[in-house]
Amino acid sequence: MSAVAYRADGVGYRVGAAQILADVTLEVGYGRVLALVGPNGAGKSTLLGVLAGDIAPTEGAVALDGRDLAEWSVQELSHQRSVLLQSNAVAFSFTGRQVVEMGRAPWLGTPRADDDENAIAAALEETDAIAFADRPFPTLSGGERARVSLARVLAQDTPVLLLDEPTASLDIGHQEDVLRVARRLAGRGCAVVAVLHDLSLAAAYADDLAMLHHGRLVAHGTPAEVLTAERIEEVYRTPVRILADPDTGRPVVLPKRSLA
Amino acid sequence: MRSRRAVVFTVLAVLLVGGVLASLALGQLPISPQQLIGTILQGLGIDNGWAPEDPTLTDALWRIRFSRLTMSILVGALLSVAGAIMQAIFGNPLAEPGVVGVSSGAAVGAAAAIAFGASALGGWSVATAAFVGALLAIVVVYLTARSKGRTEVVTLLLTGIAVNAFAGAGLALILFMSHTASREQIIFWQLGSLNGSRWIDVLIVLAIGLPCLLIGLGLSRRYDLLALGERTASHLGVRVERLRIVSIVLVALMTGVAVAFVGIIAFVGLVVPHLVRMMLGPSHRTLIVGSLIGGAALMVWADLVARTAVPLSDLPIGMLTSLIGGPFFFWLIRRNRAKAGGWA
Repeated sequence: MSAVAYRADGVGYRVGAAQILADVTLEVGYGRVLALVGPNGAGKSTLLGVLAGDIAPTEGAVALDGRDLAEWSVQELSHQRSVLLQSNAVAFSFTGRQVVEMGRAPWLGTPRADDDENAIAAALEETDAIAFADRPFPTLSGGERARVSLARVLAQDTPVLLLDEPTASLDIGHQEDVLRVARRLAGRGCAVVAVLHDLSLAAAYADDLAMLHHGRLVAHGTPAEVLTAERIEEVYRTPVRILADPDTGRPVVLPKRSLA
Repeated sequence: MRSRRAVVFTVLAVLLVGGVLASLALGQLPISPQQLIGTILQGLGIDNGWAPEDPTLTDALWRIRFSRLTMSILVGALLSVAGAIMQAIFGNPLAEPGVVGVSSGAAVGAAAAIAFGASALGGWSVATAAFVGALLAIVVVYLTARSKGRTEVVTLLLTGIAVNAFAGAGLALILFMSHTASREQIIFWQLGSLNGSRWIDVLIVLAIGLPCLLIGLGLSRRYDLLALGERTASHLGVRVERLRIVSIVLVALMTGVAVAFVGIIAFVGLVVPHLVRMMLGPSHRTLIVGSLIGGAALMVWADLVARTAVPLSDLPIGMLTSLIGGPFFFWLIRRNRAKAGGWA
């Protein structure tokens, strides 16, 4: 296995009496895509917030590149990891392109600022956002906003990417695009952590899956290891069957339905 | 975009220079352009034949008209840039020192200083008291109106009502307790007027205001990032907490020092940044530069109207800006409501 980006060790997060995360231990490797899955309220976004450095865990510790996350300055972090949050509102009528340009802010005054133009163009290209890049962000549709926001994250050009539901409100074509981009980044050596709801999508593109339930890590491994019908039925409380993708052999999760 | 920016900045600069020239020439004291240039050259230490023979005339120009003009430029720039910065940290185009009560807070501080005789210690004490009042008000507004990194318009405006009402009561109490002489002084000052600006006052406003304007301009890129939300701004390397504190102090300083010497002049910080944003977009570098020039120009023209519209009398400029700014604010609320899909 290649170098480790994140090492979370017994991470817990508690607000008052509510235990939102408990005893989460996992590693995120460079060159890999990790999908965080689990039902609503399982603590996926909180875990992502802890990895991003926004939320200080109340128990345990997280290290990025072998150094405790609490020791990183805001600026150092901005050079190492980028974050896509679920809600991506923009105050005032900045255009899509201006929003993507803001992704380059960490590199202002560094030699890498020379790449600004290229990075912005490439990011807009990869997210298929060129067509509406010059429209004001508040006038874009939900899916278009999501793609511009993702382009902003890509433009930041960091070795680690944390994406909270990057496929929410995207059509099926753009969902696949986003995950293909994630794979390509991993191919270049980036570590990608994405919160995903679509288990089949996660299984098709992620190297590893981590399933959270009530703030605990209930499974962590390859998609085939994690996605068993038994486990999904227990965690999501709905009957499913697992098929194998005829082309890739990856698991496909199909809820059992009846027409009655 | 670049050429558009050049055009808008040029127009604003022309408006400002035109306003300055008109203000210099017009007024109760009639003076020819030639005499004016002569006076300025003489003031710069260059002797010439154009300056008026009568030394009381040049003296009056320097003491009254020039200082007042400089004050109006400074106050206009400070109030509109304070508005722009406040809107940036609240993420809301309706935040403005006058509307949310920061100016009233400053007024209470300044009035207390005047009423209890601290003004005898000079302009600095009034300015300091105004700053303290403004700071208290903006901290209260910020803590109340802001939750989870967002500012609800309704909460912001309700907080403004509460702060304004409370400050109004404080002002009334100070008026009630003060002597007749200082009472009159407070009432006229409170209406907002550039009348009687002295050079020493101008210097104080300059000493406090200029660094604030420069710092605000230096932070403009970070204000852009703040539009993405506080968490995302921090992911991009902005130390949000520090930015907020610095900005709040900046707004309090700029509003406080302006209010201390010219009273409450509302809506300038609302109207000017809004117009600049409409013309040049929301990027804060252009917004702050545009607001600086535009605010100065607006205030110069407004003050010219205030002192020449009615012969032999000086209208309170605060009244004038509110007469224009009030309806503009109504329009802005309606527009904001229709556009943003409610009160978000």
